[in-house]
Amino acid sequence: MLLQRFLIRLLTMAITLFGVAVVVFIVIRVAPGDPIAMMLPPGATDADIARLRALYGLDKTIVQQFFIWLAGVVRGDFGTSISLRQDVLGLVFNRLPATLELAIVALVMALAIGGTTAILGARERGTAVEAGIDIASGAALSIPDFLWGLVLILLFGVLVPIFDISGRVSPQLDLPFATQFYLFESIVRLRFDLTRDLLAHMLMPAIALALPLAAIISQLLKQSLKEVLDLDYVVLARVKGFSETQVILREALKNAALPTLTLVGVQFTFLIGGTVIVERLFSYEGLGNMAIDAVINRDLPLIQGIVLVFALLFVLINLAVDMMYALLNPRLRHG
Amino acid sequence: MDEARISRHGSRARLWLAGGWLLIALLAAIFAPLVAPQDPLAQDLMLERLPPFWLDGAEPGYWLGTDSLGRDLLSRLIFGARIAFIVAFAAALAACLVGSTLGLIAGYFGGWADRIISRIVDVWMAFPPVLFAILLVAVLGTGLSSVIIAIAVIDWTRFCRVIRAETMGQSRMDYVENARIAGYGRIGIMLREVLPNVVPSIVALLSLEMGIAVIVEAILSFVNLSISTDDPTWGGIIAEGRLSIHQAWWVLVFPLVTLILTVLSFSQFGEGLRARFDPVLR
Repeated sequence: MLLQRFLIRLLTMAITLFGVAVVVFIVIRVAPGDPIAMMLPPGATDADIARLRALYGLDKTIVQQFFIWLAGVVRGDFGTSISLRQDVLGLVFNRLPATLELAIVALVMALAIGGTTAILGARERGTAVEAGIDIASGAALSIPDFLWGLVLILLFGVLVPIFDISGRVSPQLDLPFATQFYLFESIVRLRFDLTRDLLAHMLMPAIALALPLAAIISQLLKQSLKEVLDLDYVVLARVKGFSETQVILREALKNAALPTLTLVGVQFTFLIGGTVIVERLFSYEGLGNMAIDAVINRDLPLIQGIVLVFALLFVLINLAVDMMYALLNPRLRHG
Repeated sequence: MDEARISRHGSRARLWLAGGWLLIALLAAIFAPLVAPQDPLAQDLMLERLPPFWLDGAEPGYWLGTDSLGRDLLSRLIFGARIAFIVAFAAALAACLVGSTLGLIAGYFGGWADRIISRIVDVWMAFPPVLFAILLVAVLGTGLSSVIIAIAVIDWTRFCRVIRAETMGQSRMDYVENARIAGYGRIGIMLREVLPNVVPSIVALLSLEMGIAVIVEAILSFVNLSISTDDPTWGGIIAEGRLSIHQAWWVLVFPLVTLILTVLSFSQFGEGLRARFDPVLR
């Protein structure tokens, strides 16, 4: 049952990714403006241009180009970046860890802020505390990450300058890292001075990304908690003498968390989509920032590679959430 | 009972506050040449980085100060509202038309139509939206119509998903079955019976989408990909403000406040309208 569900999911995932590849390929190929002409100095001859076009495979038909590219992608060859003249996959893997670390830190923050306010709001239901949480989460939800980022830059970059507002790590630091997962590695190597510097750079973009998601988690989890708190088994726990906080944490949370979990999955992909502009805002050297440069430079192979990696990330997250839901939901597990 | 009355009062206040701000901004946009105190494009290096009116060194007539080229900030914000509203209305309407139609078809007819439309939505949802928007504008070339098309092409799925789900719910109701028994055609039922019942959701989404369109336009001008750089846009002013943040904070603060108020108003206005239309909530 579960395996069948998994296999069907895998198939639709492949179809979705193929669709993304087709769409991005078509969109890019109808672009006016010749990327080859931009690479060459003004004095280049037609022969030079033709030679370079052939080198990047741009002299073939669109359908041919697509299948040549797709055959490469299947083998793990995403082509060569036109503007940076390096292997696309290498470039993407170089930047992806920075984006993943930022997104995961933001997700943890969203869960912490959203979870805490939901529990607090459910415990203090019907009071001014709950009303305050409702107003705050309403505002946090309506204002997108781009604007939160700007607000944070003003507050903590200019008014009270306590955080760095640009980059991923202070440039003067010596980095002993072997991988691009700086934050993870700094913790493993016990270099907490570096961890602190990395987090100081990451904090504001992460909060900007986390706030809208935290608001959604807070609203939904609070609603589920309030529903569960009226059920018999919770009332029984209360009669047994547990405090309201204990009742929520020990009894209600487990059963109220499932609907929130499903939603967090979808919303996490939105959060990752938001990294593109938030990274730009904070000059954070991640995949999204590189993607914007790639678009501005009309670097077709690089754009294709980055979009496909984002899409892969999105469908994998959806798959993981779906499987988790199936495992945790008793109705599906035994169905 | 009491709680219901308080929330009804709250939703009415929200509707008025949000509607009031949007009306002021819209009027300012329409009558921009009349209400703007200065020429939004006039540069004057003698007047560069003037602070807003309550600070020392302010000049009369330059209420919110000037940017690093000596251009009047208030006038640029007022003229920027024109582009913001044009994009908001045109892009949201286009996205709504495409998305709601496909959502209605998928939800009402089901079967193959639903499968194909849902698969396309899945593909669209796998794109990072901001990157998709930047890519589309880069491809279409900068300009007002490119921005509008890009937003509509990306955001129709928002309407499609919601309207599809709502239509499915409505189609299972008795009144649809009754209409079928009474001998109405399928398309007739869809348009005359189902559509009016999903209109409240469409209106709320439309208002929400206008706010999103304003943000996307601002993001596109922020990365310098919206309309020509001469015309003042909120995102363009923000991009300038981000650069001169340590010398002239007001160039970032005022467009940011304007954007936040506008986005909040669009979403609250939509919520308020839905609360008014929705018979269950009313």
